[in-house]
Amino acid sequence: MRKMGWKELPPGAINPWVGNFMEVKTGSFRGGLKPVFHEEHCIHCLFCWVFCPDNAIIVKEGKMVGINYDYCKGCGICTVECPTSPKSLTMEKEELQL
Amino acid sequence: MAERRILNGNAAIAEAIRQINPDVVAAYPITPSTAIVEYIAKFVADGLMTTEFVTPESEHSAMSMCIGSSAAGARVFTATASQGLALMFEMLYIASSLRLPIVAGIANRALSAPINIHGDHSDTMGARDSGWIQIYSENSQEAYDNVIQAFRIGEHRDVSTPVMVGMDGFILSHAVQDMLVEEDDKVKAFVRERNPLYSILDVDNPITVGPIDFTDYYFEHKRSQFVGMENAPEVILEVAEEFKKEFGREYGFFELYKMDDAEVAIVLLGSTAGTAKEVVDELREKGRKVGLVKIRVYRPFPAKELADVLSNLKAVAALDRAASPGAVGGPLFTDLRASLYEYEKRPIIVDYIYGLGGRDIAPKHIAEVYERLEKIAATGERGELIGYINLRE
Repeated sequence: MRKMGWKELPPGAINPWVGNFMEVKTGSFRGGLKPVFHEEHCIHCLFCWVFCPDNAIIVKEGKMVGINYDYCKGCGICTVECPTSPKSLTMEKEELQL
Repeated sequence: MAERRILNGNAAIAEAIRQINPDVVAAYPITPSTAIVEYIAKFVADGLMTTEFVTPESEHSAMSMCIGSSAAGARVFTATASQGLALMFEMLYIASSLRLPIVAGIANRALSAPINIHGDHSDTMGARDSGWIQIYSENSQEAYDNVIQAFRIGEHRDVSTPVMVGMDGFILSHAVQDMLVEEDDKVKAFVRERNPLYSILDVDNPITVGPIDFTDYYFEHKRSQFVGMENAPEVILEVAEEFKKEFGREYGFFELYKMDDAEVAIVLLGSTAGTAKEVVDELREKGRKVGLVKIRVYRPFPAKELADVLSNLKAVAALDRAASPGAVGGPLFTDLRASLYEYEKRPIIVDYIYGLGGRDIAPKHIAEVYERLEKIAATGERGELIGYINLRE
């Protein structure tokens, strides 16, 4: 994507392109661990969706269906909040994408 | 008709704010600017103003509220001094980079330690790189006039930059002086309504204010911020011209006092100009070719205009009421000396640090500076680069 020069920017560093943080793939923040979804244990309480500080839990028709790794920063909050036993979300090692 | 009043600097600024009646005033009291806030609180309580007057828990919060209100399109004023301005430090940069034309009245005061409540310029000089326009006043009249003009300058859409108006703590803030207060309607008409660049309350055009930039955009955003400061000189002169037409008093980037055929000159900011003018008058009566340059607009620094005036002199002294330890001299001196570098013909220039913590500067001290400048002019020998006035060894 072409980057704007300083003369093209709106004044005051305001951002009129509301929602453009979607373009920033924060998944690159993950540092070697990622949450993995185990559908067989999931009760679809959606705690993971509530607590996810980004927008990385994919919900379809009221059901947890997976993780959007483009935006998951790997914080692990979903695996802590997941109430099932065994857990429906666990942190697993992943190769760092450098 | 303008009314002749006897007001101290704090009351003079408060009068201007009563007349302008900004949408929001958020301020935390601190000596010596406390009375500005007290007067405004009273005006609001007495129903003389419709301003939303907010009393936050600190200066940091005060400036934060100013920023939020200004981003919503409001006309905003605050007042502070010294430690209060220092506590605002991080928010000052946010106000200027968001291009929010907040006006702040500053009763210039020393910074701790030791604790000292008296006048010097350390507080605003510490904020000289914060991206705010800085205007300094010589007396109550100028403090009043400068605050009125500050709204027009800062809120001009080409500028959209916050403005701080300085007046020396106690020397001006608490000393009563004879001055003119203009008619309410005329002042209101002069400052007009604010027409903001953007507003967070404009729901049809949603924006994010204060978003994050990474290495790819921060630099471009900072550069675009500087445009406001670059556009300021033209607007400052335009507003001064209109002010002169409306109210009769003349302003520019600086005031020249008996500079026409001067061979040596002192350059300074603020109330000491009054004392220096007396000294210049006395020396002129004795036939000595001395002059004074009182800088009104310190940011943006009128480098070329000052150098044009000073380059043909033989010797110049900058009087700094703030120190910059480890630098080549006080802030005014380093700016002035850098401005003269472009000129092949330029005067010998020396610096004096004076008046820290309200230390008195008397006519005899200023006369001694002129005496030394004349000696430098005669011999071409500069001597010490940085001196101190009225300091015990």
